[in-house]
Amino acid sequence: MEDIFNLRYALDTFYFLVSGALVMWMAAGFAMLEAGLVRSKNTAEILTKNIALYAIACIMYMVMGYNIMYPADGNGYIPAFDFSFMFGGDNVPAEVLATSADGWYDGSYYSGMSDFFFQVVFVATAMSIVSGAVAERMKLWSFLIFAVFMTGFIYPMQGYWKWGGGFLDGLGFNDFAGSGVVHLCGATAALAGVLLLGARKGKYTADGKINAIPGANMPLATLGTFILWLGWFGFNGGSELVISNVEEANAVAAVFVNTNAAAAGGVIAGLITARLLFGKADLTMALNGALAGLVAITAEPLAPTPLWATLVGAIGGIIVVFSIVTLDKIRIDDPVGAISVHGIVGMWGLLAVPMSNTDANFVAQLIGLGTIFVWTFVASFIIWLVIKLIMGIRVSEQEEYEGVDLAECGLEAYPEFTGTKGSGL
Amino acid sequence: MKMVSAIIKPFKLDDVREALSEIGVQGITVTEVKGFGRQKGHTELYRGAEYVVDFLPKVKIDVAVSEDLSERVIEAISKAANTGKIGDGKIFVTTIEQAIRIRTGESGQDAL
Repeated sequence: MEDIFNLRYALDTFYFLVSGALVMWMAAGFAMLEAGLVRSKNTAEILTKNIALYAIACIMYMVMGYNIMYPADGNGYIPAFDFSFMFGGDNVPAEVLATSADGWYDGSYYSGMSDFFFQVVFVATAMSIVSGAVAERMKLWSFLIFAVFMTGFIYPMQGYWKWGGGFLDGLGFNDFAGSGVVHLCGATAALAGVLLLGARKGKYTADGKINAIPGANMPLATLGTFILWLGWFGFNGGSELVISNVEEANAVAAVFVNTNAAAAGGVIAGLITARLLFGKADLTMALNGALAGLVAITAEPLAPTPLWATLVGAIGGIIVVFSIVTLDKIRIDDPVGAISVHGIVGMWGLLAVPMSNTDANFVAQLIGLGTIFVWTFVASFIIWLVIKLIMGIRVSEQEEYEGVDLAECGLEAYPEFTGTKGSGL
Repeated sequence: MKMVSAIIKPFKLDDVREALSEIGVQGITVTEVKGFGRQKGHTELYRGAEYVVDFLPKVKIDVAVSEDLSERVIEAISKAANTGKIGDGKIFVTTIEQAIRIRTGESGQDAL
């Protein structure tokens, strides 16, 4: 029996670690996607933001975030604060192996360290959603300071309410891998930031015209999307949390298939919608469509049939195109469509759960959606506002014109190509 | 000495280069430029927002030749760069006041 326990523990731990590594790879995906959709003069800065926020997330979550989100105790609303994770420790083998066969999966069936590793990459994902929406005009250091609060406190609190066993979990709110807890949360923090930040100079004119500011590197944007797609297998697949028996292995396989199907549905729907609305096959909409499909299925990638998963993704792909155009109409400038992909479609993902999962209900989903949105928006708005009042969050007009690469990083992403292109913005 | 400057469609560069070499021109300078004449641009959509592509990519060729060769140069470029469609470009001829070969210090016609 001990051999089986050892093997199961090792397998599930290994699975967590590999899934976590895949989700870490999504950080590269976000970096490439954003680098491709901003102008060349702002590319190095957004890459700096992406790698720095990942590092900040790892450290803040280790220091306090993890313990807030998965506390040893709490009343369902406020977790018991402790800062013990950073001092190490894991399950004792002898205690683990002494678990009864029936109660194996109720006990510590995988390494505690692997649990942290799997969770920390999720908070990094949520934070990196923000960087795309505020691109090309936010001060680097203001952004990083916000990241400290987002990853150390704002995200973990709402994560506690659902995955940490808090009140949302008790209400029957369902969010398998985080359409709400991760994606809606990140997008809401982004929205709060964008409202205080304002649009890029020249994006909207006084007479209501919307100007295009094309991205500098479509190959990078596409590469980024494919990387995110691959990483998502870890994001959703790992969220099953177990693989070491027949039922769970089947479940993980279904999650992989559904995740993939939703992305595919999103691509096609996004592409066709763009073709119908704009007359041409806008690559960036196909890319956003893929991501929208992935976000949409993230709340429930296990229960649907592959066909339904494809449709959920496709609906996400249609929603995202309309959302992007609508946000522009109400003058919310989002260079990469992050608020649309992760926020609006994240909401769709949450509300779609009861359609395939009979244990879920719309009321609980709405309460969860509302709670995450209101908490994240209010908390983020306050932090952004304080940062804005103390040090400002927007670069100067001159710096925005010259490009934040030079202003914030002192180097250029594409130094051999001089001068601004095309529209001169 | 004359400087014959021609703005042509980029895909015509190879044809023009060949034509010039056939009449004995030994060196040219090529620059990538953008411009428009009466051809004008067109509108595209990026994520639902319109933008005008006003400036079209062109190539500028500068050839420094002696005055007697310049007529044949103009003819060669005109023939090779012509497509008959709008946007073929223009040729400008200016007088060169002085020319010097950097390596040897030769000047005037000897420098060309």
